[in-house]
Amino acid sequence: MMKKLKLRFFRPREKRLNRSMAGNSLLFIIMAICGVAMMLPLIMVINNFLKPLDELYQFPPKIFVRNPTLVNITDLFTLMNDSWVPFSRYILNTVIITGGGMLGHVIIASLAAYPLAKHDFPGKNILFHLVVLSMMFSWTVTQTPQYMIISWLHINNSYWALILPACSFGMGLYLMKQFMEQLPDSLMESARLDGASEWQIYWRIVMPNVKPAWLTLAIFQFQQMWGNTGSTFLRDESLKPLQFALQQISAGGMARAGAAAAVTFIIAAVPITFFLICQKNILETMTSSGMKD
Amino acid sequence: MTEHKNNSQINVSQEALEIARKQGTLRYRMKKSKASYLMLAPYFILFFFFTVLPVVMSIAFSFTYYNMLELPEFIGWKNYIKLFLEDDIFLKSLKNTLILAVITGPVSYFLCLLFAWIINEFKGWLRAFLTLIFYAPSICGNAYVVWALILSGDRYGYLNGLLMDLGILDQAIVWMKTEKWVLPFLIVVQLWLSLGTGFLAFIAGLQTVDKSLYEAAALDGVKNRWQELWYVTLPAMKPQLMFGAVMQITQSFAIADVSIQLAGNPSVNYSGTTVVTHLLDYGTVRFEMGYASAIATVLFLLMIGTNLLVQKGLRRVGE
Repeated sequence: MMKKLKLRFFRPREKRLNRSMAGNSLLFIIMAICGVAMMLPLIMVINNFLKPLDELYQFPPKIFVRNPTLVNITDLFTLMNDSWVPFSRYILNTVIITGGGMLGHVIIASLAAYPLAKHDFPGKNILFHLVVLSMMFSWTVTQTPQYMIISWLHINNSYWALILPACSFGMGLYLMKQFMEQLPDSLMESARLDGASEWQIYWRIVMPNVKPAWLTLAIFQFQQMWGNTGSTFLRDESLKPLQFALQQISAGGMARAGAAAAVTFIIAAVPITFFLICQKNILETMTSSGMKD
Repeated sequence: MTEHKNNSQINVSQEALEIARKQGTLRYRMKKSKASYLMLAPYFILFFFFTVLPVVMSIAFSFTYYNMLELPEFIGWKNYIKLFLEDDIFLKSLKNTLILAVITGPVSYFLCLLFAWIINEFKGWLRAFLTLIFYAPSICGNAYVVWALILSGDRYGYLNGLLMDLGILDQAIVWMKTEKWVLPFLIVVQLWLSLGTGFLAFIAGLQTVDKSLYEAAALDGVKNRWQELWYVTLPAMKPQLMFGAVMQITQSFAIADVSIQLAGNPSVNYSGTTVVTHLLDYGTVRFEMGYASAIATVLFLLMIGTNLLVQKGLRRVGE
């Protein structure tokens, strides 16, 4: 049994030397225990989502649902339809903000990554080091002055206040540059000999070749934008994203515990689904994410 | 005749030298790379406005008194003096942040590496599935609010319920409102959340290690997978180790949301306060921008300093 398991789950013997049976079993057990521990809170999220109200307030609390029901999600939709900003508006806002942030970031960051990876020009190293340095501190540090700048630019209370700062995150440019560096120079040389301009090379040759990298940027950006309630910059209710509306609903206390459980489930499920779709491409990009010294 | 030939040769090479000298000048090279600069422009204009300028402003405002209504007034080092000598809560937040960072930073870095390495021993769908399980908590938005249910202070909380069921407790403990429990639980939740970008980078980095290195190492007398890890695998994935460290350090110094959601802001006796919650307190509640900027500047220096220090240390891996 164990032998069969090993054959199926572990890499072929000839490629991995120095492996012992005991070691493999030990690692398998460690992973099983840790995996369950990591999953437990998420399993609770799913189960709470399926619990009817009386089970949510049961004592002693049980992790697993006994009479699964979808009443929480229907409750959530009823609550949503009651809000005075039509619900479709929140969804539209989220699509604009998240989509704009993702698209802008992917295009702007990769446009800058191409010359940094493949051209040689004065100031290149300084600019790149600035970006690497910016990855070393969290955006929370610059939050307050950022707010002032956004109001000086008169883009607060508009979608731009969320989209523009998101376009210039350091990690996206960094990953894109590392990935582009791996493209063979001959690819670009031959295009140059054929008379292509740098823009054409970027758009027709480099971009199609770095698809995994822009999918990675897109998912990181999606995670960032999806979690944003926009409450710092957006005053108008009709501009706020879905996340804001959902969190308002889940803040409704006891009576809305069921809807709140549904909200938590939706907020968690969307990025996980997104990651599942892009998983293979993301790992490919991460392969080139080395930080050289 | 030969003299003339020689002369013209010298002339030509001098002309070439002249052209080469011209091409070597900064101005020429910048002119030549116009396309490159144009491509960089959109990103770096935004980068300047939303990253460089805020950092510069933060440092500049930290020497002023500024309440957003009146013009900033220069007050020298006063903010910093107040911060380190008079503000007990800041010192507490600094202590909490350092405790959180020193524990969650290295532990989660080590866990990322350990789990990534173990996952790399598996293959196929199981490997993809394990990656998803361990990465999921860090991407699923604010799903950590489920911890509020687990740690809920009444008997409906899962932890209280479980412990009372087992007869360990006879009365519910208000976990996140009891000073001594706040920080330990924040650490647990933060660890749960922290297998993020660094973890993915490690998984991918492990895949790139040249397989022939392992064969060579086996011939050289490497006996088991633990030796293999230290002598072959880790040195080969040094760049990813650096990247992961940067991500992990930055993350562990910026803990705030988890603390605010689970322990509240302000938390009981400031037991869960961190530098960032303190910063948010002054920046978005009290509108004392000068003081908030001083806090931000200290945090900024702390993050960059630690990152550079750790990078230096990591260069010695496998030596």
